[in-house]
Amino acid sequence: MFAIALNHYLIVASLLFSIGFFGVMLRRNVIVMFMCMELMLNAANLALVAFSRFNATPDHPMMDGNVFVFFVITVAAAEVATGLAIIVALFRKRATVMADELTALKK
Amino acid sequence: MHEVLFYLFAAMTLLPAVMLVCSRNTVNAAMLMIVSFVGTAALFAMLQAYLLSVLQIMVYAGAVVVLFLFIIMLLDAGRIKSFKGRIKQIIVPLAFFVALSILPVLAILSGRGGEAQVGEAVAPASSAEQFGLLLFTKYQLPFELTGFLLLAAMVGVIFISRRNVSALPKSEGKE
Repeated sequence: MFAIALNHYLIVASLLFSIGFFGVMLRRNVIVMFMCMELMLNAANLALVAFSRFNATPDHPMMDGNVFVFFVITVAAAEVATGLAIIVALFRKRATVMADELTALKK
Repeated sequence: MHEVLFYLFAAMTLLPAVMLVCSRNTVNAAMLMIVSFVGTAALFAMLQAYLLSVLQIMVYAGAVVVLFLFIIMLLDAGRIKSFKGRIKQIIVPLAFFVALSILPVLAILSGRGGEAQVGEAVAPASSAEQFGLLLFTKYQLPFELTGFLLLAAMVGVIFISRRNVSALPKSEGKE
């Protein structure tokens, strides 16, 4: 028996999520904002795995959370590929990756 | 022992994340992201989700970070501006950060999320066999759709990242 409970993992996950959210709001570099979004996805994954681990019983193994994390990882990989391609296309057109300078829709 | 490892891996996940948010150099940020992902993978392993832990390292610390580094070097945007003269812009994100981090922690610590549980039950997530069984029975349709999504993403990336996307009708005849 160990003293690390579900709450500990949930606190780590919520802190990781808020750090990622903080980064997305604070930073102006699109690439770093994208990295912080990955951190937020990771936090959600951690919470899902922790919930399905601590609620599992021999009768009901609670695999759904784990399978969902599997899908989230796959979709996140596709998202990173697409997002970075968009950033490259953006950089070719506007020669910047700072969100401050991407104001074409504003004018 | 378990507790020491938990706090070590939690610090390994959270501290690089904070440093990532504050880092000036984008390449350093990508390296810190690797450390954070490895810490998360270690936490997955502590939760006995070994397959997910391996997948986390392979997909995130392997493919995703390499892609990020490749793009950073391709764009040569490693040097970015510092935070000078932007105190006002830090206040709102900081308020969101405090609210987002303090409220869940308080809610969890106050015991509203149920009493602290101790994971004594078996962890079926440790075997890849369980994943395979579920992926090909209960989650067959999402599994197939994910394959289609990856194909669509691949085709989309190839199309977006080719040169002269806007000048497509003219350049097609010459090429």
